[in-house]
Amino acid sequence: MTGDTSPPSTGRRGLIAFSWLWVGAPLAYGLYELVRKATQLFTG
Amino acid sequence: MSPPVAPAGWSRWLVPPAALSVHLSIGQAYAWSVFKPPLESALGLSGTQSALPFQLGIVMLGLSAAFGGTLVERNGPRWAMTVALICFSSGFLLSALGAATEQYWLIVLGYGFVGGIGLGIGYISPVSTLIKWFPDRPGMATGIAIMGFGGGALIASPWSAQMLESFGSDSSGIALAFLVHGLSYAVFMLLGVVLVRVPRTGRSPDGEPAALPGPRVPARSAVRTPQFWCLWIVLCTNVTAGIGILEKAAPMITDFFADSSAPVSATAAAGFVALLSAANMAGRIGWSSTSDLIGRKNIYRVYLGAGALMYTLIALFGDSSKPLFVLCALVILSFYGGGFATVPAYLKDLFGTYEVGAIHGRLLTAWSTAGVLGPLIVNWIADRQEEAGRHGASLYGLSFVIMIGLLVVGLAANEFVRPVHARHHLPEPKEAADDRRHQSA
Repeated sequence: MTGDTSPPSTGRRGLIAFSWLWVGAPLAYGLYELVRKATQLFTG
Repeated sequence: MSPPVAPAGWSRWLVPPAALSVHLSIGQAYAWSVFKPPLESALGLSGTQSALPFQLGIVMLGLSAAFGGTLVERNGPRWAMTVALICFSSGFLLSALGAATEQYWLIVLGYGFVGGIGLGIGYISPVSTLIKWFPDRPGMATGIAIMGFGGGALIASPWSAQMLESFGSDSSGIALAFLVHGLSYAVFMLLGVVLVRVPRTGRSPDGEPAALPGPRVPARSAVRTPQFWCLWIVLCTNVTAGIGILEKAAPMITDFFADSSAPVSATAAAGFVALLSAANMAGRIGWSSTSDLIGRKNIYRVYLGAGALMYTLIALFGDSSKPLFVLCALVILSFYGGGFATVPAYLKDLFGTYEVGAIHGRLLTAWSTAGVLGPLIVNWIADRQEEAGRHGASLYGLSFVIMIGLLVVGLAANEFVRPVHARHHLPEPKEAADDRRHQSA
């Protein structure tokens, strides 16, 4: 019903971690910059 | 080109990052304003001219999503992501050439026309695949991807600004920045091309049926149903209401509290705009995931009904309380993002997964219309009010009344949405029907 429900193999787990890190790292950078800017509403 | 089918043991959790790699890249479009001042001074352009590549890009997004949707469905997500990668990256490379040779038309052609095709095809590329992998949580799945489109600008805005600071804001510095953008986004989007897979027809890798049986409505039939046009109105009014705030957020908060004891500084207004971006992004994943629990029709009742209430509160009491103004604006922007992210799942509920990507592409013309309508309403009315000698919050009062009216129209359109009549459905394919018979036997 929902795709693969069996636990992924170690290789696949590594690939999942890598792919989420690939997209998560730049997104975290963007969010960090956003938070820095947003705090100006309260301090500026 | 046949779509890439997942081998046994392929995890569906590899598909959202594939989608995000594309959406986080093409979301750069909303950070185009970073390039405007350097382009204006380096190439001697006016503000209108420097906005042209972005505007053409958004027009091409709408057109390519509307007309390319069927091709995306036919050729699959890997083909679509490859086209998006090639168009989006080569758009930047052409723009680099344009900046280096000071040929402005090449930047318009590259970023606007070629890159714009990449925006449209990239935007719809993962939608139907995600819905097929996550039939139990389609709202969450498309919410993750479409949140990426909002996130793309958050990444690109500071990144592009830092690059221009390092390379310089003259034509060769801009050219180098465009070149680095084109190459970086090509590498980044490659993850999506490599990782994306469609589930095996009728069966997931562990042998279970891959998707719930549902209606199978082709795109050409969908656009002839009242449901499609009701949803078109719903999306258009919801987006118009969001853009009404987003378009003039910084001057709006400044005007609202210009006569108060604590006026809003330009720095604080920039912080307000950043907070709105955060609410927009959070709404995409948060509200869209909530729709999996409470249903699509109900969540749009919230977006449109509570959205109208928020606008009413701003119109009546917004200038007397800064926290109330900020809170209402944040809620409206979260509904704006939520509306974008939930609509693919709504389409899937009504028309099934058969050509949901193509139907979604056609529905995005509502976004293009709202993109013109929202800013037009707010700016035109504010200008007329200013000419009449008004100032502060009264510049926006009439705009807010119109936004409330539009949201009520959207709310009514949502109430008219009913299941699609069976005469629009295609018959279930024999293989899937046999599979279901075997499952139940």
